[in-house]
Amino acid sequence: MAQDVRCLKAQLEEKEKEIVGLKKKLAQLEKNHTSVLELYDKVTPLTPLKAKAALSNEDIMRYSRQLILPELGVQGQLNLSKTSVLIVGCGGLGCPLAQYLAAAGIGRLGLLDYDEVELSNLHRQVLHGEENQDQAKALSAANAVKRLNSTVECIPYHLKLSSENALQLIQQYDIVADCSDNVPTRYLVNDSCVLGGKPLVSASALRMEGQLTVYNYRGGPCYRCLYPVPPPPETVTNCSDGGVLGVVPGIMGCFQALEVLKIASGQGSSCGQQLVMFDAQDAKFRTIKLRPKQAGCAVCGENPSVTQLVDYEAFCGSAATDKCRRLNLLSGHQRITVQDYKSIVDNAEPHLLLDVRPLVEVDICHLPFSLNIPLSSLEDRKSEHLQLLQERISQLKQQMEGDCRPPVYVICKLGNDSQKAVQVVEKMSGSAVDRITVKDISGGLMAWAKRIDSTFPQY
Amino acid sequence: MAAPIAIHLEFGGGAELLFDGVKEHHVTLPSQSQPWDVKQLLVWIQRNLLKERPELFVQGDSVRPGILVLINDADWELMGELDYQLQDQDNVVFISTLHGG
Ligand SMILES: [Zn+2]
Repeated sequence: MAQDVRCLKAQLEEKEKEIVGLKKKLAQLEKNHTSVLELYDKVTPLTPLKAKAALSNEDIMRYSRQLILPELGVQGQLNLSKTSVLIVGCGGLGCPLAQYLAAAGIGRLGLLDYDEVELSNLHRQVLHGEENQDQAKALSAANAVKRLNSTVECIPYHLKLSSENALQLIQQYDIVADCSDNVPTRYLVNDSCVLGGKPLVSASALRMEGQLTVYNYRGGPCYRCLYPVPPPPETVTNCSDGGVLGVVPGIMGCFQALEVLKIASGQGSSCGQQLVMFDAQDAKFRTIKLRPKQAGCAVCGENPSVTQLVDYEAFCGSAATDKCRRLNLLSGHQRITVQDYKSIVDNAEPHLLLDVRPLVEVDICHLPFSLNIPLSSLEDRKSEHLQLLQERISQLKQQMEGDCRPPVYVICKLGNDSQKAVQVVEKMSGSAVDRITVKDISGGLMAWAKRIDSTFPQY
Repeated sequence: MAAPIAIHLEFGGGAELLFDGVKEHHVTLPSQSQPWDVKQLLVWIQRNLLKERPELFVQGDSVRPGILVLINDADWELMGELDYQLQDQDNVVFISTLHGG
């Protein structure tokens, strides 16, 4: 009898454990199911973010290591949970920023990006994985953030920020972070933040350097106070042209997260009238005191001329994208296609192929028999390079016997620098250089890789 | 007659690419009748350091839009911009604004 009771009790205990296990499994499944995210393709009104009355036991455990910091404390944590942040751009800056804000328990994250994930993004845009290629970046980032902290509300926007939608969108958030990659968007976000009265935590990165400032914050300057006139488009370098070491935007995005968390928790940012510059090569941070808010500023000044959003692509003279611009410097007869060049090679026609990319790119890939002289050396008329060019042209002339205008075909990555190089070479007056026919190969090596040789690397 | 002054010039954010990639330059500005100001410094840089494509660095008698000038770790707007009178051992930084993300 006693043994039967013990046996039944043991079985019961076993079953109860099983029930607890099943309930846990069900809860987990339901949680994952409700976190299937919907992608927004337009700006719609959001329900106001509700303030939590108190932290749950799970909150206390999850955030315990930051809760015990006197700088944050329970009130700071509650403040985070009622703050919404709009992240403009889910790339190299936006990914680490979103990650740390979610981990720290921010209430709501708006994640905006109009691009899809590409293989060449993965070295720096660390929320996206190989399996997310071709997926909307906003959705990929939101899913990654949800896996990290399911209590954070994520709103992925797959849309292009414009003068029509920016103000409506920004007004729904408490803090805005500019993680964009182009000049028109930076002015658009700035003006929206000034008109909507939101602090703007802005960072940027290129090559081995980063910069950060908090604009329109506690009476400090805005982006236009510092940069009233946009830079000439030809002086702006993007990450696909200039390159960027992935960890550099990573560091700057983390820095943005720090300033957002300080503002959201109530500690306040000290970067309101400061520029933080980061030099990754020398491992140096430097903080610069900036000018105050400018009375004459076009948007935040005393008599603003910008009282509603304008056409920022027209204002900046460039498109709101970091994709490469296509230059058209030459006329049709000065250009050949990659197909034309292929038949020149196939027919073994005598010519000189001049590759004007920087050496570091030639090391990645190049066509055989090309002569490499970087565009900058041509522009600077570096004598050892000019001599080399002259030698190769005279060899070609000897080989061609009599035919007095040997062809020189200029190639680069995309067909922009090669056009500049054609113009430079045409201007050169030297006995060997001026009796040639010089043309550029339209679309460059990337067109060659796409249309002629699929085994040629793309970068 | 103002004595020659030694100053430290720095270029960053890509502006160094106009100066053969060299970020730091220790230079001595020669003696002249008037004290050196930033406006004259820009002319001196164009003549002595910047050989090619000046339009990527200057516009009119100032720097081109998108380049921030810092004098002794402060925005030059706080120091008088082009009219700031350079002192011996001053540090002047020309930083190109970054836009990438
Ligand atoms: Zn302003």
